[in-house]
Amino acid sequence: MTSLPLTPSAKRLGLVIDLDICVGCQACVVNCKEWNTGGYAAPLSDVNPYGAETDGAWLNRVHALEVGEGKNSRTIHFPKSCLHCDDAPCVTACPTGASYKRQDDGIVLVDESKCIGCGLCAWSCPYGAREMDLAGGVMKKCTLCVDRIYNENIPEAQRQPACVNTCPASARHFGDFNDPDSNVSEMVRERGGYDLMPEMGTRPTNKYLPPRAKQQDKPSCVGSETAASTQVAAQGGFLGWLDDILSMGA
Amino acid sequence: MHPAYSIIFFTTLSGAGYGLLFLLSLGFLPADRLLGVASLGLSAAMIVVGLLSSTFHLGHPERAWRALTQWRSSWLSREGCMAIITFAPMAWLAYDWLIHGTFNSIAGTLTAICCVITVYCTAMIYGSVKTVRHWNNGYTPLVYLSFALATGGVAYLFVAFLMGYSYGWMPWHAIVALVIAWVIKAIYWRHVDNGRSISDAGTATGLGYMGKVKLIDPPHSEENYLLKEMGYTIARKHAHKLRGISVVLCFVLPILTAILIGLVQIELLQVLAALVGFASVIAGTLTVRWLYFAEAKHTVTLYYGAERA
Repeated sequence: MTSLPLTPSAKRLGLVIDLDICVGCQACVVNCKEWNTGGYAAPLSDVNPYGAETDGAWLNRVHALEVGEGKNSRTIHFPKSCLHCDDAPCVTACPTGASYKRQDDGIVLVDESKCIGCGLCAWSCPYGAREMDLAGGVMKKCTLCVDRIYNENIPEAQRQPACVNTCPASARHFGDFNDPDSNVSEMVRERGGYDLMPEMGTRPTNKYLPPRAKQQDKPSCVGSETAASTQVAAQGGFLGWLDDILSMGA
Repeated sequence: MHPAYSIIFFTTLSGAGYGLLFLLSLGFLPADRLLGVASLGLSAAMIVVGLLSSTFHLGHPERAWRALTQWRSSWLSREGCMAIITFAPMAWLAYDWLIHGTFNSIAGTLTAICCVITVYCTAMIYGSVKTVRHWNNGYTPLVYLSFALATGGVAYLFVAFLMGYSYGWMPWHAIVALVIAWVIKAIYWRHVDNGRSISDAGTATGLGYMGKVKLIDPPHSEENYLLKEMGYTIARKHAHKLRGISVVLCFVLPILTAILIGLVQIELLQVLAALVGFASVIAGTLTVRWLYFAEAKHTVTLYYGAERA
């Protein structure tokens, strides 16, 4: 049934992504692929994986952005996966009932046995969260590792999405946004967690934490570098001496 | 957006088919059996070929029947349902026309209503996609409906003259339909050219308050599904030229041939002119639909370096 649940779900499971902490190591991307190629549904296939023009379906991608100009610019690593929206346009667009939002926990899933691979859900998603599996002819998306988070065969501490589990910097957090005391709700409150493209009216569950403000009182890197090079040129010193020695052979 | 040929053929041919069927179901032509076979046959052929073509881009065409189940929420599903429902009054109309040689006005009215609803549903598949501002506007259904009437009108002219029913009013009616479609398309182009998206790289990342957002390293080294499907930019630079070509093929040439048909009373010349007009309007509509996809920008491109979508 591709109408959205009529009543709000009891739990709203999702992720908090901390843009202040993410270092862009791509570990979440790789572990997501690794888990989901052997998990819940059919493999997350690749096309021509060892040749030129490699292609394949991935459920989590990290973009590297530069924000701002010149001295004030920042490099921000920007992970992006399905946001499990409350008003998920991908669900209502689906003509077959393959796309659905779960009543119990708000997770948006694809029933691959019903998917005809028309791609309308991917068109409807503003975020590019869905990718067609070109080998399987069906749409793939983040399942919030539904086969991990409730899986009693794995240690309790690891019952969270693969991307969260693997993040070496703790930039990704998993929890219930309906519980005001959950880790994710607290982080969103304290750090001003926000929605991506709120103007699209999708009401995403996942929230992003903004990068913390730069500490402006510290001397900047650019300034100290200039001072050091001036010093070498003016006074010689150890580096000047080294420079002279190394220049002798040239 | 990637212009998939199957979808371009589908919207063009089924649009023309429903447009022709709509005009036939109004009952202006005599219920001659041969004329019925030719005209209803042409409309049915265009509709069926169009619908079959639409399944070619599916990952699992054998499951296409499932697309009839979610009419409560999905415009694609509504389109599929309406396409099938329309066959019922069409078959009733065809039965009386071809077997009894009579025009059934109840079946005709129902067919006409179904044709309009089906084309509207086709348009809303695109019109409801909020992520593409070139589609998500009130002009989309007007464009699809007026194009169905114009292409169907030219087909109507062709099939009637081919079968020897050369009424003097027909070319002028086709011209009116063509001019309406031209005006609506021109307004649509003005609208999308002057419009501005509500989303930009700043709202897509939520980082706009810090300054300009630039992509310095994409998440993958090769093109992926998202970029191939929604980041299509090839030949957008030729868009202006292609718009000119499509206007000539869609409107100018069919209007000129219709005028010729109206003024020259040589039957063979009229049929040939009608055929040229019909071929031209179909080729032009294929070009227009290609542009409708190629020129459309999706918000996902905001994550890949586009400042606005």
